[in-house]
Amino acid sequence: MNVTHKFKGLSRELIALRIANELEDGTYVNLGIGIPTLVSDWIEGRDIVLQAELGMLNTGPLAGKDEVEQDLINASCQPVTELTGSCYFSENESFAMIRGGYMDAAVLGALQVSEKGDLAGWQNPGRGLPDNIGNIGGSMDLAVGAKKVIIAMMHVTNDGQYKIVKECSYPLTARGVVNLIVTDLAVMEVTKKGLLLREVAPGLTAEDVQSVTEPKLIISPELTEIKL
Amino acid sequence: MDKVFPGVDEAVADIPDGASVAIAGFFTAGTPIPLIKALASQGAKNLTVICMQMGPGNEDINQLVINKRVKKAICNYPFYRSASRGADSPTEQAVRSGELEMEVCPMGTFSEKLRAAGAGIAAFYTPTGVGTVVETGKEKRKFGKLDYLLELAIKPDYAFVYAYKGDHMGNLQCHKTARNYNPEMAAAAEITIAAVENLVEPGEIEGDMVHIPGIYVQRVVKIDRPTYFPTID
Repeated sequence: MNVTHKFKGLSRELIALRIANELEDGTYVNLGIGIPTLVSDWIEGRDIVLQAELGMLNTGPLAGKDEVEQDLINASCQPVTELTGSCYFSENESFAMIRGGYMDAAVLGALQVSEKGDLAGWQNPGRGLPDNIGNIGGSMDLAVGAKKVIIAMMHVTNDGQYKIVKECSYPLTARGVVNLIVTDLAVMEVTKKGLLLREVAPGLTAEDVQSVTEPKLIISPELTEIKL
Repeated sequence: MDKVFPGVDEAVADIPDGASVAIAGFFTAGTPIPLIKALASQGAKNLTVICMQMGPGNEDINQLVINKRVKKAICNYPFYRSASRGADSPTEQAVRSGELEMEVCPMGTFSEKLRAAGAGIAAFYTPTGVGTVVETGKEKRKFGKLDYLLELAIKPDYAFVYAYKGDHMGNLQCHKTARNYNPEMAAAAEITIAAVENLVEPGEIEGDMVHIPGIYVQRVVKIDRPTYFPTID
């Protein structure tokens, strides 16, 4: 079923802003590759410590051209800067922190999310690789280790396929781990009863969002416009 | 105790056919590129390489595949992000054609397998990968309310590591995010070869600042700092 739509939703930057607003001060957070990385643009000056899983806490903003250091990159391979109180450790210790339950939140991209909170985000079968081969990276550890998993993604694929589905058809990252989904069109919370639609993009209705979402949404009695 | 070798070619000369080699580095950070180049021109075949990735941020690892020297790769983020760039990558082509055997581990499991080997632990249980393809063929066991997978240690024959500073006894100091996989790979391997940017006398690295104790390092070789421009897309 093709669900290509003409709704005008949030930009990638504003999806990131909505997620930045969700993050609490005094927390440790890991940002995945893609839209999640953009969250860092909105938290400068806030009391949030970012982890780069190759082995750094308190990762600073992207480095300017004259600040680039070869030995100072983030997990997306971008040159970054230090902040006051940055520290370094091994990749192994970094994942001990992640599995050990020290990350208050992980913001990850996704290819599919199910209504039960299953996450598929590391392999698109269209790439033609065997189903156990692809860029797993740190996603599986983060998905099971972080206290809260927030997904940042577009609501449907570029070619009009559902990304929010009843059951994931792509290889899974982890089962039942997603807490919150923020897309260009909506904010949805994963609950035991199903997906709770909490916020919609300006100008959209709950019916609009339902029309591009495979599982039946539970509409929050306090449904609002996305809070930016 | 002096573990210094005259150059990278001498340091990798004895690596035989069929050896397993762990190569440290997270994309561009902390990757011992001169050792990889030396291995690519050395003759050993049927190698198993254990490294984060096969190309993104480090084309030299790809060179081993182009030279048809690698039988198996154990990785956690092997490919370029973009499918179009990946389609042109020698590694992805070799995996598609079946020429290169590959095992992909979650990133935390990957380094824990190495840590375990270095610490004399045969296997460990981790919650990562439960309910995914990663659990295929592995023992699953419940502790408390959660399921865990049994993952086996990886003990490489050789490890290539990189350090900002190293002394003649093999004590190493890493720099910022270049530490990444280096300590666990150094401890895991039978023979660890350290490429160091600055070769110093014992004592010149303050004892408190040693990130990799020399007991894990069998060979030290001074290299010029490799420079490269990151891209993983």
